[in-house]
Amino acid sequence: MFTTRKQYMPYVSPFDPCPPIHVKTYVTAPNLYAGFQPPNLPQFSLHEALKKGTLWKIFYDPYYGPYEVNNKGDGL
Amino acid sequence: MWIYEKKLQYPVRVSTCNPKLAKYLIEQYGGADGELAAALRYLNQRYSIPDKVIGLLTDIGTEELAHLEMIATMVYKLTKDATPEQLKEAGIAPHYVDHDRALFYHNAAGVPFTATYIQAKGDPIADLYEDIAAEEKARATYQWIINMSDDPDLNDGLRFLREREIIHSQRFREAVEILKEERDRKKFF
Ligand SMILES: [Fe+2]
Repeated sequence: MFTTRKQYMPYVSPFDPCPPIHVKTYVTAPNLYAGFQPPNLPQFSLHEALKKGTLWKIFYDPYYGPYEVNNKGDGL
Repeated sequence: MWIYEKKLQYPVRVSTCNPKLAKYLIEQYGGADGELAAALRYLNQRYSIPDKVIGLLTDIGTEELAHLEMIATMVYKLTKDATPEQLKEAGIAPHYVDHDRALFYHNAAGVPFTATYIQAKGDPIADLYEDIAAEEKARATYQWIINMSDDPDLNDGLRFLREREIIHSQRFREAVEILKEERDRKKFF
C-alpha cells in the first residue's frame, strides 16, 4: 500500500551505548510523486481547505507528534 | 506594494504556558530554514528570474511573511507571562538578559540571523532548486518541532504551516517544469 512514511533499518552494533532504534522512518511528502499538477483533481470544501492548508486532497499529508492522541506513528 | 490584512493566516492557539517550546519555535523565526529566510530569499530572487515565475515568488514570499507573523504570535504567547524563573528553567535566560521578552531573529541555539542563510545565484534553475530544498528543510523542521511539543493546539498551527511547505515545494517543482519548457513535447534524452 502506498505510504508517505518510509522505513530503513540502520546497523546496530553490540557496543552501542543507547538502546537501539531498530527502525528509522522518514517522510516522502506527496509533492515528490505529483509532477506538474494535472487538471480537475479532487478538492476539499473551501472551509476544510482553509483548515487543512491545501485545497487539493492529494497534497494533504498531516504529521503528528509522539504526544498526540491522533498519532499516526510519526515522530518515533 | 502590499496590502495588510489585520488577521493571522491561520488562528494561533497555545494551551500551556511552556516557554521551552518558544525556544524551539524561534528556529522558524530567525533560523536558516525559517520563515524570515524564506520570505527574504523568494522576494529577492524575483528580479532576476524569467517573468513566468515571478508571480509565484511574490505569492510564496508574501505568504512566508504571514507565516513569520504566526510564529511570532506563538513565541509571544508562550513567553509573555512567563516569570524570569520559568524562562531560566526553559533555558532562555540568556535571551532574557539581552532582550527581556522581546522577540529577536535568532535560531534555537541563539545564533543571530544572517543574510548568508539565503542565496541568489542568478541562475533560475539553481535558485529554484535552492527554494525546493529550503521548503523541504522547513517541512522537516516543523516535524522536529512537532516531535518536541506536547501542546495539541500549538501543533495544530504547526501542522498547517508544515502542509503549506509541502504545497510550496510542489509549486517550485512546477516552476522548474515551466522553465524547462519541454513539458508537452514527447522527447526522451
Ligand atoms: Fe514555505
